[in-house]
Amino acid sequence: MTSPAGAPAATLAITSLDDFIFGRAPHPVRCGRGMEIGAGTVIPEINFTLPPIAIAEDTWPEIRRQYAEMIEGVCRRAMELEVPALLVEFETLPPMTENPAWGAEICKLLSNTLGTYHAKHGLRNALRLTPNDTREFQRPPLLRRGKYWEGMLELFARAAEAGADLLAIESTGGKEVSDEALTSADLRAVVFALGVLGARDMAFLWKQIVAACRASGIGPSGDTACGFANTAMVLAGQKFIPKVFAAVVRVAAVPRSLVAYEVGAVGPSKDCAYEGPYIKAIAGVPISMEGRTAACAHLSSVGNISQAVCDCWSNESVQNVRLLSTNAPTVSLEQLAYDCRLMNTAARSAEDARRLRDWLTESDAPRDPHAWVLRPDVVLRLAAEIMEEETPYRRTRRAALAALEELARAHGAGELRLPPQEARWLDTLRRQADTLPEDESALLAEMLDSPAASKFLPAEYGL
Amino acid sequence: MSDCSKLTEAILNGDAKASVAITKEALDKKTDPQELVSKYMIPAMDEMGKRFETGDCFVPELLISARAMKASLELIRPLLAARGAEPVGRVVIGTMKGDLHDIGKNLVASMLEGAGFEVIDLGVDVGPGLFIAEAQAKKADLIALSALLTTTMPHMRAVIEELKKAGARDRFKVIVGGAPVTQRYADEIGADGYSDNANGAVGLARRLVTA
Repeated sequence: MTSPAGAPAATLAITSLDDFIFGRAPHPVRCGRGMEIGAGTVIPEINFTLPPIAIAEDTWPEIRRQYAEMIEGVCRRAMELEVPALLVEFETLPPMTENPAWGAEICKLLSNTLGTYHAKHGLRNALRLTPNDTREFQRPPLLRRGKYWEGMLELFARAAEAGADLLAIESTGGKEVSDEALTSADLRAVVFALGVLGARDMAFLWKQIVAACRASGIGPSGDTACGFANTAMVLAGQKFIPKVFAAVVRVAAVPRSLVAYEVGAVGPSKDCAYEGPYIKAIAGVPISMEGRTAACAHLSSVGNISQAVCDCWSNESVQNVRLLSTNAPTVSLEQLAYDCRLMNTAARSAEDARRLRDWLTESDAPRDPHAWVLRPDVVLRLAAEIMEEETPYRRTRRAALAALEELARAHGAGELRLPPQEARWLDTLRRQADTLPEDESALLAEMLDSPAASKFLPAEYGL
Repeated sequence: MSDCSKLTEAILNGDAKASVAITKEALDKKTDPQELVSKYMIPAMDEMGKRFETGDCFVPELLISARAMKASLELIRPLLAARGAEPVGRVVIGTMKGDLHDIGKNLVASMLEGAGFEVIDLGVDVGPGLFIAEAQAKKADLIALSALLTTTMPHMRAVIEELKKAGARDRFKVIVGGAPVTQRYADEIGADGYSDNANGAVGLARRLVTA
């Protein structure tokens, strides 16, 4: 793969395409039972969830049985396939964050099994707990007070005692504005939601998470723009909104996600944070990614390229349903294990690792704008542009402009194929982006005087 | 009447200003408001629906057209109401209890409004009791249920069961949707309809209220 002109800025943790590779990050993370992430080995990260079932007192015994079945199946297969290590993510379901005792109970159940497999079979592992951001249950959301926030704080505080080694979240501050903006392809409102609202909420929320983790000795891992950029990506995949718009939203989401690492998160980023390569390039933390292995949860157009510079390789989530071979979580684990085995074999030689990375890249990038903005060389160039700015808003604005410029250039050069109904949106979005004010306060004043103002409470963002 | 054909064009272009101006002018000239709706506005949205189905336009364009139509409908509705005419249908819509996801639900709500339905949007995290109480209070024709989480889908069945217990099942059509929901699930719980997209949901709603 060739790297087009434009040297990355010195502010990036990774400045050379040769060093931008799967399995290796400038700042590896040690956690759990003998795990090290980003130190040269790609590690499978498995996540699983319940089949359709109400979460209530009377169904609780069945829920416990389901989780016990899933973790047992996954650990046994991980051991049989001799995975180098195993990261398990337990992403709670909303009632388990609203009622933290439930979330903690399942976390403990998973942790106990992981402990047993480590003690008896030497399976190196760690457990990542991801409480829900339930604050958005209320609209406009109360982000810094109220019962939902208190439930989240309680689960953060109980994470270590419940056996978690890492804490993560899919935070949603700003989503109340972003949701409608996405379906309207309103780039201006998306930039406001991400760069003004989202970034402020990330700073507030992640200071709390980092403090909770430091108090209990576990790792503050990472966040994701799932509620923003993945929503856009999935809507685009269903042909609801233009793919070029979703790709621009992905890059515009980078500065918001970056805030978590600026206030103390250490990685790995959440698996569904497809903006992860930008985070790795800028902050140097290891990242978890998902792609074709996450087709059990949602379809995407970045199934291979998302793997190119990952440190953990994930399935996003899968329901505990029976397939022809065995239960779906075990099937997912096997797919992840073989993918990791291939990457780790390639990684024995730097040249082979780069070749595999480039195959993963080239197989997706020319076909789709979202894939294009995940090209490692494009990531390094756009990340450098983003980091020339100093504030989250200015970075978000710059990210949108830079992404549009890159997509137009690649399309014009015949490197990126776009159908006419997509290509015409490049101009539409460019017209929107060009009118974004340089001054954040000007956009804030404008949004406070628009219908979007009814959707959020400025005080919840410290405004 | 040739000026009124520009109403179709204005809605297709998503030009609310033009759509309102043409509607006002037509009403001043005593054009039948019902004719404006059925002859010029609904065909425009049908055409947009076709363009969306064939991949020639995206939801943002569909929504802009729906907003243009809604703006014109706001002028027309009071006139139709004065004649005793009802909206195309009245829909109570919401996302199931325990579920925060509302993009799909919001899309369906906007599209239904654009198609002339009166929409009562209950938001997210809505329990069966509220769906039923609001549907009864607002004399709705349809209850539209949305879920993204597999764990909140059972509440769809609960709405239908509660309607049966209240002896009100026959008074409302119930439609369901959301990523994990399928036609099979809709059939299993006894829903009256299912759609996997917002445009399809509008067609479904129209069919059910005219059945």
